[in-house]
Amino acid sequence: MRTPHLFVPCIVDQLYPATGLAALKLLKKLGCDPQYNSQQTCCGQPAYNAGYRDDAHIVAERFMQLFSSAEEIVSLSGSCATMIKVFYKQMDLSPSLRNIAHEIGGKTYEITDYIVNQLGITDIGVSYNGRVAYHDSCHIMRELRIVDEPRTLLQSVEGLKLIELDLADRCCGFGGLFASKFPDISTAMGEDKLASIQRAEVDIVVGCDNSCLMQLQGLADKRGMNLRTKHIVEFLGDLL
Amino acid sequence: MNLSPSEFKSNARRAVHDQHLREKIKKATGTSLVKRAEVVGEIPEWEELRQEGHDRRKEVIDNLDRYIRTFTGTARDRGMIVHYAGTHDDATKIIYDIIRRTSVDTVVKSKSMITEELHLNAMLETNGIRVIETDLGEYIIQLAGETPSHITAPALHKSKEDIARLFQEKLNIPYTDDPVKLTAVARERLRKEFLNARVGISGVNFACADTGTLTIIENEANARLCTVLPDLHIAVMSIDKIIPSIDDLPLFLKLLPRSASGQRMTSYVSMINGPRSHHNPDGPRQVHVVMLNGGRLQLAKHPAWKESLYCIRCGACMNVCPVYQSVGGHAYGAVYPGPIGAVVTPTLFDMKEARELPFASSLCGACTDICPVKIDLHHHLLLERREIVDRGYKPFTEKIAMSVWRWFMLSPARFELAGRIGWVLQKILGKKLPLPGWTPQRQAPAIAAKSFRSLMKGDSKK
Repeated sequence: MRTPHLFVPCIVDQLYPATGLAALKLLKKLGCDPQYNSQQTCCGQPAYNAGYRDDAHIVAERFMQLFSSAEEIVSLSGSCATMIKVFYKQMDLSPSLRNIAHEIGGKTYEITDYIVNQLGITDIGVSYNGRVAYHDSCHIMRELRIVDEPRTLLQSVEGLKLIELDLADRCCGFGGLFASKFPDISTAMGEDKLASIQRAEVDIVVGCDNSCLMQLQGLADKRGMNLRTKHIVEFLGDLL
Repeated sequence: MNLSPSEFKSNARRAVHDQHLREKIKKATGTSLVKRAEVVGEIPEWEELRQEGHDRRKEVIDNLDRYIRTFTGTARDRGMIVHYAGTHDDATKIIYDIIRRTSVDTVVKSKSMITEELHLNAMLETNGIRVIETDLGEYIIQLAGETPSHITAPALHKSKEDIARLFQEKLNIPYTDDPVKLTAVARERLRKEFLNARVGISGVNFACADTGTLTIIENEANARLCTVLPDLHIAVMSIDKIIPSIDDLPLFLKLLPRSASGQRMTSYVSMINGPRSHHNPDGPRQVHVVMLNGGRLQLAKHPAWKESLYCIRCGACMNVCPVYQSVGGHAYGAVYPGPIGAVVTPTLFDMKEARELPFASSLCGACTDICPVKIDLHHHLLLERREIVDRGYKPFTEKIAMSVWRWFMLSPARFELAGRIGWVLQKILGKKLPLPGWTPQRQAPAIAAKSFRSLMKGDSKK
């Protein structure tokens, strides 16, 4: 039995625990014995993206030490998976830590990538009657090149009609601290995405990063626009 | 708009709330992207071509000194007069001196971003020389007294109605927003200038090191008229415009027009091989090439940042950038806007003044994916962010905030405590809990009554 260690990013932990619970349920259903280490906090990405390399390194190093003995790590965020798989390797690390970074990057998977390519499961055997759009988050799409995996999982849900958004590859405007440093630009980008979602006439927008969904949901709620968003594992887990 | 990158934030705020401007930019960039996708889609080996383009540009930038010497030699052998300008001031002085000796009071000019860098028009006009921009887009913004808002489509921020009003006011013609009529008016005025011009100034797209050939691509034939009709042609280029060989031209002529304007080829490709001679009785009597360094030699030695010099100035990164699409080019307050502008403005010009630009990106990476010479643009922004922080150009409060963040993240108990404090505050204040930079525009997400870690703790106790 595979024993993937869950990485539950900070915003999932404090804002969207249901995503974490759904991941446990889903992985168990798919024959895994998921592990959770409650010592985990953050991968270090906020400081890394803000240019504070020392702060980022210290938090990243803690993450690496904590997870170094895990056989497999499954991330509930494409963006945090990118930090671990792509950005850790680009840090100025000591040689021993660099080895750990490489090793950890190789055994970390974004969860849809894990289910489809590691477990080899494309159909989890559930049904949903309605129109669903998948939101491509930039890191998962352009850094990890994971585009088809979440779509495959959604398409194999019986009765589900997967709708492609126009301008699907356009950023939602979240971008971490960018969203609060440049709220006007971030909002303009988000509004474009909301307009695209409205044109698609879907029941729900599903994604692999709660952060992007938080941006879209927050913008929609403020404007009184009717929008439902859900992390993909929560969406699928709720159908089990 | 304030023309300094240090004003990016306020410029951007103003631009974002100008719905009319946003619509114009979105429409223009959207059209370019659709056209580009069509013609790029015709080339199955596009990815290989991008890599080849990257490698050929890298070859030049890694050996820039040598390529400058080679190109200077071959261009001189062709009978061109080559000037090397170390600084921007040197370049403007050289150009002014060439013009001054001819005693003309008017020059015609085709599009060149380097002359924008030099603020050449302003300098020449201060010295009593009238400069006529002959590219239609440049002609429009010259009439409007503005700067280009895009490197290949300088008047992208103007609608045909804007141009109609501008022409009505500045050229004293009856109002018409028919693009064909407006173009005919500009054409008629410019034709007269071409026929009288004795000095023409142009930019350069590619300078071939092995043959000394200057290549200029365009769609209006104005660059060709600027370079063949006058008695004297001054080509202005930066040193990074060199490509190794004329044999590389087919590659770059595939990459550039498709990326820039979504064309398989521009209407005109001029290859200039020197002034008129016995064998070549046409063209100018003298061809001057002014080569600007302007900090590029130094940049070429930087292991990471040198990549920005591979740029062939197609502007595709601007078209695809959601930030550029939202604020337009002028908000950057710099000669080069968009992703490549955010990358080169701090490193080539003034890092302190441009310190906001590398942060004004969601790091979505669309620019890197579209770049025809595979410049790793969004990762460069990340590198520059570090440099800006290291140099202490960010507010001290931010440094403190990061240290506090780190302190919380180094302990799961402290992290949980922070979350619980947030939960209590949200319970008391509800929707009124202000999150600076977030809640004015968006509803705050609800902090969960129990975090995932506390739910798991409860679980394991059972």
